[in-house]
Amino acid sequence: MSAPHVVDGPAPTGLPGAGPLLEVRDVRTQFSSPRGKVRAVDGVSFTLDRGKTLGIVGESGSGKSVLSRSIMGLLPGNAERTGQILFEGRDVSDLDPEARRALWGPEMAMVFQDPMTALNPVLKVGRQITESLRLHLDMDKAEARETAVELLRAVRIPEPESRINAYPHEMSGGMRQRVVIAVALACGPKLLFADEPTTALDVTVQAQVLDLLAEQQRQRYMAMILVTHDLGVVAGRADDIAVMYAGRVVEKAPTRTLFSGMRMPYTEALLSAIPKLADPSHTRLNAIGGRPPDLVNPPAGCAFAPRCPYAKERCHQEQPVLTETAPGSGHFFACHYPVGSPENAEVADQLEAKRLMSIAPPPPPLLQGEGPEGGEV
Amino acid sequence: MDLGPSMAVTVEAIEDQAPAGAGRKKLGAGAWLAIGWIVGLGVLAVIAPWIGVPDPTETFPEYARSGPSAAHWLGNDGLGRDLAARIIYGTRASYIVGFGAVAFGLLIGGFLGLVVGFFRGRVDAIITPLMTVLLAIPQFVLALALVTVLATPQRAGETINPSVRLGVVVLGLGLVSIPILGRITRATTMAWSEREFVLAARAMGAKQFRIMFREVLPNVVPAMLSIALLGVGIAIVAEGGLALFGAGVQLPTPSWGNIIATDKDQLARSPHIILITSMVIFLTVMALNYLGDVVVERFDVRESVL
Repeated sequence: MSAPHVVDGPAPTGLPGAGPLLEVRDVRTQFSSPRGKVRAVDGVSFTLDRGKTLGIVGESGSGKSVLSRSIMGLLPGNAERTGQILFEGRDVSDLDPEARRALWGPEMAMVFQDPMTALNPVLKVGRQITESLRLHLDMDKAEARETAVELLRAVRIPEPESRINAYPHEMSGGMRQRVVIAVALACGPKLLFADEPTTALDVTVQAQVLDLLAEQQRQRYMAMILVTHDLGVVAGRADDIAVMYAGRVVEKAPTRTLFSGMRMPYTEALLSAIPKLADPSHTRLNAIGGRPPDLVNPPAGCAFAPRCPYAKERCHQEQPVLTETAPGSGHFFACHYPVGSPENAEVADQLEAKRLMSIAPPPPPLLQGEGPEGGEV
Repeated sequence: MDLGPSMAVTVEAIEDQAPAGAGRKKLGAGAWLAIGWIVGLGVLAVIAPWIGVPDPTETFPEYARSGPSAAHWLGNDGLGRDLAARIIYGTRASYIVGFGAVAFGLLIGGFLGLVVGFFRGRVDAIITPLMTVLLAIPQFVLALALVTVLATPQRAGETINPSVRLGVVVLGLGLVSIPILGRITRATTMAWSEREFVLAARAMGAKQFRIMFREVLPNVVPAMLSIALLGVGIAIVAEGGLALFGAGVQLPTPSWGNIIATDKDQLARSPHIILITSMVIFLTVMALNYLGDVVVERFDVRESVL
């Protein structure tokens, strides 16, 4: 295996080859807890091609972070994982620690959620970047330092030559997250996991960091799994989006298809929970009632049924399987009565009426002196 | 250009943060005083033979038990030996015992605590109870027993090499400090090992031992250093306690502990012997404790920022 080209250059790190970069087959991850097994990830399969971005969306506790850590193999001791993970066609699900360490860094890397804790407070940021360069790519000190400066420049840190000697506490949150990204990119991974990379940042910095990630991804032809709870984050940036609920993928589609023709009521509910600019002010937000199910004793049938406006008897008894809308469309969903199906029409009308009511202007006050016609004349 | 007071403050604040590594807090007069006292005594003890400090074993019978005088600044002890000389030379033994015991405890206890706190699981289940058992035995009795068994003449006529005796005192007090230092290191290590940067280092393919020594250890060092400084003071005082039982540094080599122990009967007639020596011990322990606090304070900033 040749050393990947680290700095932005002519040779991208994940050249197109045969087959998908990552294939995940029926991954299940359970945590043992005092109350019993917690099924954090419950049978997830997908494939990811080189250079593509998969957005994984779900609310807190839906298993999206655990899924990315299961794929990478970064699980705590009380976790149990089954299923197969093929990376470049090679089964990496049960590697020994030594082989796994060789994988981490040059093959796959992770950008963590909180830049405040993902950097070691007592080490200069330069050392935190050069360490993996020297370890994995056998660079000497000067070479690693030079590369680190280039990496800091690539992630748009001003004055990288002096910043390389700074400690994390001397930097702002946005800058620290850039350093975390630089650390992850250091060995030129083919697959980057971004685990809620912008959750801890200001909104203005969020866009910059996401743009930076997209830019680096394009230049390096790197695949990315972008985990987030914010549909807005993945909307313009992911090629495919997988919506997770209670440890399962409930809908997966190319981004455009998902937004224009979602089939799963949960996706619809998530989207309608985003405030819209066109709505008048003081419109009530459409929250999803209830809470995510208990993953120790998940409900029989569809996990979303207890909170689903369209749920019928069958939803509470029979678990829907992930099916494709049309062969080859790439749009999968798991629902007995998907959005737009005739059984839902009545409920959908009610919901629409409710929504219109909520955005309708307040009724004119009664007993106004002049009628509307009189006032206009 | 006159920036006006508010501007000046802002500029100052910016300059305060801007240069990498330059925004360090000053140590303060108290810390320098404490460092000066501890280092000064140590230097004095080392260079004593060349600066005209009298031989600590030389007796001046005519001056026995006399208080401070022009010839003997801090007075003389019960046998007429120069007290200043005994205290200065005694610094050698006391420092060796204090720093040596803690260094020994830190080396073993600190390493065990680090490994146990980082790996947990089975190693933790074996080593931590052992440390707890060691902690349950009265510290002083354990040290006393060790010195008595290993470095006290068992038969009449037998002599013990003074440096062997000193080594055993260091070993005894060091052994006692292992569980204390070990447990504190373990707790601190556990807290730092939970941080995300440890996971991040793992995700970059770092080996466990590398993470332990290069990522976790630097964060644990301030806590270890702080408790170690306290420990040095405790060990110096403990040597004094051992000396009272005849298990301290062997006479005629002076140590602060055996200066007090030798002349404990003179307390009524010439209290200056014990008072001055105790004062030296007191100031040293206070300086060490204060420095321990300074260490904690100095490294605390980082945590509050992060």
